[in-house]
Amino acid sequence: MTQPLDLQAVSAHYGTTKVLEDLSLSVQAGELVSLLGASGCGKTTTLRLIAGFLTPTTGSIQLGGRDLTRLPTHKRDIGLVFQNYALFPHLSVLDNVAFGLKQRGMTPAERRKRAMAMLERVGLAPLADRAPGALSGGQKQRVALARALVIEPPLLMFDEPLSNLDAKLRVDMRVEIRQLQRSNGTTSVYVTHDQEEAFSISDRVAIMNAGRLMQFDRPEVLYRRPANTFVARFVGFENILPFKVIARDGDMVTAETAGMTLRLSQAVYGAIPDTFLLATRPDGLVVSTDPTAEGLPAQLGLRTYLGRAYQYQCETAAGHLIANGSLTTPLEAGTNVKLVPMPEQCTILASEGGR
Amino acid sequence: MSDRPHFLLIAVAALVYLFLMLPLVIVVGAALSDTTYLTFPPQGLSLRWFENIFEISAFRRTIITSLQIALLGTLIALLIGIPAAYALNRFRIELPKWLGTLFVLPILVPEIVFGFALLKSFTVGTGAPIFLSLLIGHTLIVLPYVVRVISASLASFDFSIEEAAISLGSAPVKTFFTIVLPNVRAGVIAAFILAFITSLNDVSVSLFLTGPGISTLPIQILAHVEQFFDPTVASVSVLLMFLTVAVMAVVERTLGLTFLAK
Repeated sequence: MTQPLDLQAVSAHYGTTKVLEDLSLSVQAGELVSLLGASGCGKTTTLRLIAGFLTPTTGSIQLGGRDLTRLPTHKRDIGLVFQNYALFPHLSVLDNVAFGLKQRGMTPAERRKRAMAMLERVGLAPLADRAPGALSGGQKQRVALARALVIEPPLLMFDEPLSNLDAKLRVDMRVEIRQLQRSNGTTSVYVTHDQEEAFSISDRVAIMNAGRLMQFDRPEVLYRRPANTFVARFVGFENILPFKVIARDGDMVTAETAGMTLRLSQAVYGAIPDTFLLATRPDGLVVSTDPTAEGLPAQLGLRTYLGRAYQYQCETAAGHLIANGSLTTPLEAGTNVKLVPMPEQCTILASEGGR
Repeated sequence: MSDRPHFLLIAVAALVYLFLMLPLVIVVGAALSDTTYLTFPPQGLSLRWFENIFEISAFRRTIITSLQIALLGTLIALLIGIPAAYALNRFRIELPKWLGTLFVLPILVPEIVFGFALLKSFTVGTGAPIFLSLLIGHTLIVLPYVVRVISASLASFDFSIEEAAISLGSAPVKTFFTIVLPNVRAGVIAAFILAFITSLNDVSVSLFLTGPGISTLPIQILAHVEQFFDPTVASVSVLLMFLTVAVMAVVERTLGLTFLAK
């Protein structure tokens, strides 16, 4: 019952505004892929295109070899879970879950049996006769999940399903969603703006911006090796410094910025071009008070307390940087320090025209 | 602080109610009078003027015409108004703003002007039968109420519910009937009642569109008052009043009146 999804060069317009540009995305059978990005990035548009609520201007959408591009929504056989649950207010919990089965011409007895079994799986069987209005947010989303899963769709899609729940429940629910998805092996597309949520439950994540796909990879790769400055900033590489290579010695490369030189191994970073950007998270810059340290001279500004570290706003010749310092020695604003990049926590990006 | 309302508040409320109810009391009283002219307080008690309504054939006919027009006009307005309200709400972003205004135009134009325009352009222009003219006129004046009331109901309807049903395999038209309509049922009933009562009570538009042989009850009442001064008019009014109260009572018992206030 599990099928691959394939989007080929899909573009979409609202009127004359281009909201999605040339998106190609392949989701393997049984895989859970998240579309991640800020509002307006095109992730919801993509979901609505796959669901059939929108029609692409160009490109094609295939599900397990079936061409969905022009197929009406009700014939696509896709399970959808909405942000606001979208339960039928005038039907009981059981009838909500059985609705899709009814459309498939199943007998009332069979519908009841399957819907009850599904409610059992999400732990809501005792509430089968309730009205949706009498349920809590978490329970509503479980009903919505059961309703989408019970039709055994080849593709399951989630549109910010946890945004209306409180933080604790959100974490519990996402684990539950992942477990159900895993055990069913249903190909899934999950739309969210929450990076942690996307990274924690996805096999792969597609990071989108302004209607374009920025990077599509496993969370581990996105987190450690972003492909461009947008993704780098998105996943927390707040310091991005332009470097110039000044010497090459076999595998090792020496590069320089604002009076600081670094030696980097191409075995770790891959081929390093003559000019590149070095990106680090605040954790990747060591705040050193040792004046002989090999690092970027900086003057500390505002200090904030993060719980696991102190964070400093720093002024350097290379611009404004953010670094985390140890909890044992809080430093005052105005202190002159060296910022030492830790090579294992840095990544290299190609220079881009403008920032 | 006492939980009981201030006596001044009670007094003012009582005065307001008295002011509202007094004309009705006078009408009921006059209707029951045994005299051959309108008078209050009633002199003698009699139901003869109620019998008289049904003895005058013009009243019999116009009551039936009024009910027919109100019922048919309301049903046609619902048939046009429900899809219109649905489209206006469902495609609010895509549709031009003036389209919504178009549907309320008939109540923005003074009814007298509207009736006259219909007479000139339709009845005289096409030579259409009077009943048809009346029906079209009434459909048009109740349509804005239907569109507005059902729009209000749809405004709080979450269209992702409809999308959920479609994604589960229900065809769009079927979804409208099984999912959308049951959730705006209260709005539809409210629109029906409002439209029915508006049509039943309409004078201005009917005045222009009635003609030889066919008239509506309010127009017949006017015509009767011009010639006779007997309590029949009061009896008809009481009859209309009780009809309205009966409709409201049925609604109250089945749905509760609170939804009308929504």
